[in-house]
Amino acid sequence: MSAARVGVVTFPGTLDDQDAARAVRLVGAEAVPLWHADHDLKGVDAVFLPGGFSYGDYLRCGAISRFAPLMEELIPAARAGLPVLGTCNGFQILCEAHLLPGALTRNASLHYVCRDQKVRIEQTGTAWTNSFGADQEIVLPVKHGEGRYVADTDTLAALEAGGHVVVRYVGNPNGSMNDIAGIRNEAGNVVGLMPHPEHAVEDLVGAPSTDGLGFFTSILKKLVNA
Amino acid sequence: MARVIVDVMLKPEILDPQGQAIARALPRLGFSGVSAVRQGKRFEIELDGPADEAALDSVRKMAETLLANTVIEDYTVRVEG
Repeated sequence: MSAARVGVVTFPGTLDDQDAARAVRLVGAEAVPLWHADHDLKGVDAVFLPGGFSYGDYLRCGAISRFAPLMEELIPAARAGLPVLGTCNGFQILCEAHLLPGALTRNASLHYVCRDQKVRIEQTGTAWTNSFGADQEIVLPVKHGEGRYVADTDTLAALEAGGHVVVRYVGNPNGSMNDIAGIRNEAGNVVGLMPHPEHAVEDLVGAPSTDGLGFFTSILKKLVNA
Repeated sequence: MARVIVDVMLKPEILDPQGQAIARALPRLGFSGVSAVRQGKRFEIELDGPADEAALDSVRKMAETLLANTVIEDYTVRVEG
């Protein structure tokens, strides 16, 4: 059987694509580079939207990226069930593309936050979190200036009632409503979170943990069992 | 030739920490009597032709699609002049 193929998207200004590709390879999957200007998903089995400052965060974080040629392919594919994980800027892009509800705004403190962050995995039924234990607490790096999750009252209530809050901060770093660090769509194939699992996969680089590997082993498990 | 102004503001219920920081700075600079500040964005759209209803409709569509994120922001469209 050929290895599961996970696409990693690069926009102008993306920073974390190489780390994401490395994390994909570490768990034994194939990392397939995807370029923002191509109308081509290269037949991948899943897509990772990495962090950074795509298009310089001009206008709003993710606002320009969502109209990139690649996104014209990715948005319908995600709606049709393709597993997609967005971290940090990737999460912002997923919200701007309306694949996930709500929006990410300026941190309440106005400070850029860069620290090791404890979070709780509250949903293990998604394509990207099935390797974790129920309510497992893990530590991942966060690094963002605009990570405060906001949504209107009805959306927030629906997220909570439907079990769509996948990752919750233990100690809120940015003022996010309900301590939300990450959410999923209705089907569970699209997940976005502000923390960075791809930066917590190897002890060698001084990561706070290797807890991030769980996201990558999850998608591998999902694809191999599919 | 006409100029159309699009103002984009965070919805009233969305926290605006930048506006709050400005409001806190003003008294330190000697400006008194300010109870709140909200910060927004202003876009100046230069049209090739007149700002007729069709052109304004197009600008509204621009605002809805790109200039504003209507999940968190409101916008207004007006003709300058």
